[in-house]
Amino acid sequence: MAKHHIAAVVNGDPVEFLCEPGDTLLDVLRDALGLTGTKEGCSTGDCGACSVTVDGRLVCACLMLGVEAAGTSIGTIEGMANGEELHPLQRKFLEHAALQCGICTPGFLVAAKSLLERSPDPTETEVRYWLAGNLCRCTGYDKIVRAVLDAAAEMRGA
Amino acid sequence: MRYEAPNTLDQAVALLAAELGEARVLAGGTDLLVQMRTDVIDPVLLVDIKGIAETRQIREEAGGFRIGAAVTGAELKEYPRLGSVWPGVVEAANLIGSTQIQGRATMGGNLCNGSPAADSVPALIAAGARASIVGPQGRRDVAVEDVMLAPRKLSLAKGEIVASFLLPAKPPRTGDAYLRFIPRTEMDIAVVGCGICLTLDARGACTAARVSLGAVAERPLLVAEAARVLTGNEALPVLLQKLDAAARAACRPIDDKRGTKDYRIKVAGVLARRAAQIAYQRARES
Repeated sequence: MAKHHIAAVVNGDPVEFLCEPGDTLLDVLRDALGLTGTKEGCSTGDCGACSVTVDGRLVCACLMLGVEAAGTSIGTIEGMANGEELHPLQRKFLEHAALQCGICTPGFLVAAKSLLERSPDPTETEVRYWLAGNLCRCTGYDKIVRAVLDAAAEMRGA
Repeated sequence: MRYEAPNTLDQAVALLAAELGEARVLAGGTDLLVQMRTDVIDPVLLVDIKGIAETRQIREEAGGFRIGAAVTGAELKEYPRLGSVWPGVVEAANLIGSTQIQGRATMGGNLCNGSPAADSVPALIAAGARASIVGPQGRRDVAVEDVMLAPRKLSLAKGEIVASFLLPAKPPRTGDAYLRFIPRTEMDIAVVGCGICLTLDARGACTAARVSLGAVAERPLLVAEAARVLTGNEALPVLLQKLDAAARAACRPIDDKRGTKDYRIKVAGVLARRAAQIAYQRARES
């Protein structure tokens, strides 16, 4: 079966790639496009390590096919910092030590950014529910939640 | 495996009808891709229906709402008015999975995945929703409770696709609610789910009801007897006790890792009472 030729936009840049019908968007990002910041955890949509945005919507890249990405605009962790300047969420994750092994971190950052775009002043409960699909086996979540709330406050100029 | 993304229902139906091997409809993919990944299924053809306008739209129709089978949970939540008219349906759909899952998961997929524990299905059944099914013989409208037959078994013929749902016009003084029980607060599959929709008269007495239970039988149930007791003349506490008993009597669950038969039956009665109280409140306020 011939590979599909797909055109999409990733982190603002037009990209083209070839993929098999069964390749996930996660396979494509990591293997075809070399964007390995998006992590593979469970591959069944349970852990959130592969969180990306597709046309502004937070999704698991493992639960979407590469062919379904045709014509979409995808946001990954590689598009988060502005050159050498970290996004406030990235800085706050470092300040609060909101990571240990780091495998879940890109997914948490992408998911948290998506939350703050919709809700600049979330409650702690809102943060915890929004991030319920991102699993971390190291931190116990408290530092992550504090980092997100602190980043939100900074981004609001509070 | 082939992947096709037709732009019309006719093309989609033709592709599915012509395929001799295992063919699957792809909507949000949150169940389908997991089943492919874990080798539960190995389709030779995927027909992505998201390029078909009807499957992706919500519009007001006949005083109610026509909801495309491939509209996501997140889109349902954001659509103006839908959540205030049919809050039970929107809340049920939004109980499925995480934020990430909500970005993809659909009610068409939730129904056609064929799980007795599907959260949106009892809510759709309680609301009186009908599925619009398109196939080689044309289009037919089917009550949602008649679509699923047993785990992974649907009443769809080869080539048929659930294209959209019609949530009917909501009568005055009508409210709906869906509750499910899981052992934690998020991200789990229902031990029991219960959807209830009821209509009150001007004095506040229930004149019509629909009660649906999930995860207590081989498919989501419409429980006529539970609905009938709600329209009785007794005081509310008595009605709720009778509802509890009628809901329990309808259950024919299995034991599994999420709960025993006895536990599921007991919880079904409790959830029915609680969902009814929310539906009453919403009916009074509507």
